[in-house]
Amino acid sequence: MSTTDHPAAHDVQDVYAGTSETGEGRVFTVTGQDWDSIAAGLDHEMDDRVVVNMGPQHPSTHGVLRLILELEGETVTEARCGIGYLHTGIEKNMEFRTWTQGVTFCTRMDYLSPFFNETTYVLGVERLLGIEDDVPEKAQTMRVLLMELNRISSHLVAIATGGMEIGALTVMTIGFRERELVLDLFELITGLRMNHAFVRPGGVAQDLPPGAIDEIRGFVALMRERLPEYAALCNANPIFKGRLEGVGHLDLEGCLALGLTGPVLRSTGYPWDLRKTQPYCGYETYDFDVQTWDTCDSYGRFRVRLAEMWESLRIVEQATDRLARMEGDPVMVADRKIAWPSQLAIGSDGMGNSLDHIRHIMGESMEALIHHFKLVTEGFRVPAGQAYVPVESPRGELGAHVVSDGGTKPYRVHFRDPSFTNLQATSVMSEGGMVADVIVAIASIDPVMGGVDR
Amino acid sequence: MSGETSPGGQAGEAGQVPSGTLPAQPGEQRVVAERHGLFGARGTGDTSGFGGLVTTVALPRPSARPYGGWFDEVADVLERRTGEQGLEHAVLGVVVDRGEITFHVRREDLVAVLRLLRDDPALRFELSSGVSAVHLPGDAGRELHAVYHLLSMTHNRRIRVETTAPDADPHVPSTVSVYPTHDWHEREAYDMFGLVFDGHPALTRILMPDDWPGHPQRKDYPLGGIPVEYKGGTVPPPDQRRSYS
Repeated sequence: MSTTDHPAAHDVQDVYAGTSETGEGRVFTVTGQDWDSIAAGLDHEMDDRVVVNMGPQHPSTHGVLRLILELEGETVTEARCGIGYLHTGIEKNMEFRTWTQGVTFCTRMDYLSPFFNETTYVLGVERLLGIEDDVPEKAQTMRVLLMELNRISSHLVAIATGGMEIGALTVMTIGFRERELVLDLFELITGLRMNHAFVRPGGVAQDLPPGAIDEIRGFVALMRERLPEYAALCNANPIFKGRLEGVGHLDLEGCLALGLTGPVLRSTGYPWDLRKTQPYCGYETYDFDVQTWDTCDSYGRFRVRLAEMWESLRIVEQATDRLARMEGDPVMVADRKIAWPSQLAIGSDGMGNSLDHIRHIMGESMEALIHHFKLVTEGFRVPAGQAYVPVESPRGELGAHVVSDGGTKPYRVHFRDPSFTNLQATSVMSEGGMVADVIVAIASIDPVMGGVDR
Repeated sequence: MSGETSPGGQAGEAGQVPSGTLPAQPGEQRVVAERHGLFGARGTGDTSGFGGLVTTVALPRPSARPYGGWFDEVADVLERRTGEQGLEHAVLGVVVDRGEITFHVRREDLVAVLRLLRDDPALRFELSSGVSAVHLPGDAGRELHAVYHLLSMTHNRRIRVETTAPDADPHVPSTVSVYPTHDWHEREAYDMFGLVFDGHPALTRILMPDDWPGHPQRKDYPLGGIPVEYKGGTVPPPDQRRSYS
């Protein structure tokens, strides 16, 4: 490396910017408006490789993902990911809470698909408890309804942020406009827009509130009008196609070797969808199709996501019709050693409470009070063993390896998060391409760093 | 789960049959921990009368044939193919529990067995769902477990392969050469449990900072936290509180 100071380097006043000499060569800290000095500084070192740290605070890296790119001109010769910036120790924390409280933690992992995190964990716990067949049908239908609504909101974010990163800002604004409608439904049904902790071992926390059926039907009708807007904006748009077609190529062999599932796998034309192949929560009783594309590229993944939203709408409609016929049915297992005794209702203050139940346990029955206290503080015991029940999340196979030692707390829960696994494909998808295509390739994987780092 | 992927009913009954009919069966139920008392309280007087209670924690016992459904088919093929390759003792035991089948594999033979599972036309477990590690400090001589969930898309089957390593020698062969997807998964298991995957192309920490001391998800690693004072009382950190066990 040359040690001669370039004149432009003297002009820099910012103590955080500028250049410094290290053992690895000259390091530039880019702060904006300093392109002249960087370009001039690079000039006489053109024969050397340039390593660019993109992120972890780059807006196009989907949260706190750090990309380490080795460039030759504008061509990426090597791409690596640095992750862990959002590691929250959720798996460890769950080991210190009851089985029911575990839901509160895992819902926060992949924050764009909370219901899938909850459901895969809860299905594992239910298998360990041996109550898979006892979960009421209404609870399963509500899980399906929420998961499919969640799939729509998650795919909307994938398409919206993916569009924003290539400059299609309208796609971003309409994507978030529609997502807001889904979050409103979540708020109506669970009380929260995110971090619901709504799916519980044995069923779901609450029944559908009054008016929810009508709201969902109104949403489905509205989405049927608005989804064509995405197709009209993007499907045949020459700029959009120019940026996405042939970018981030990964074929079926590559997907299987690297463990990629979800829309990336289906964009190779292989119709693998756990909802069809290994159904859970009663998915085998719904009428829907697995969507595929055959181009193995980012454009194919966009089209798969777009088509999957239509399929999700079909499932939401069927689930809503069933729920309309199931008014008053239980949403929790009948086993009083697992289900919390009170059927809570959300009060005007947004907090859950059941005045009838409080009257009962405080005024009428000491036994009921003790039982409630034990169940909520101590929780229930789960027989020793291990289970793995994966679900098809918007990003692919999401599974929880749930291990119990027979205690009241999970002994170990490991989440196989599809974002984590799929992100390994960054190198093969982007090496040899342009820097700008790295953004498109990663957007087509749709990683959520909350899920990657857990 | 659908009937095709998990013939649960028969499997559950098979779990009750006393083991010992197969050469590779450990037969014994492995006790991995002991619980004392009822409420997990230590160091305080026993006011409940349950303080003398001792319960053991045991993992599901190895199963005997028939395992039920396609489980036998997979086990047959695996037994035959490992025998052909001189790996008769690779599979230490088979546990069928709650409709899921687990093959316990000797760590020396892990790579060969996984390669068989992936390549044999009758097995064809093309996709691995990654590596999960479990730390069982009470499981003497095999404290660290590495668990692999494999999926055969061809036959629509799912199995679990488990191998163990003692805390004193936390080495397991790397399987990145068989399933490249294990790259990051093995790094995570190393980062969190200190399991060293021999032969991994670049076994470094992945979630924790490079200079982090210790492996956070091991059971002997403290949860951290400081005592918090509240209205004159002191609330200890979560892993030092009195809790139910």
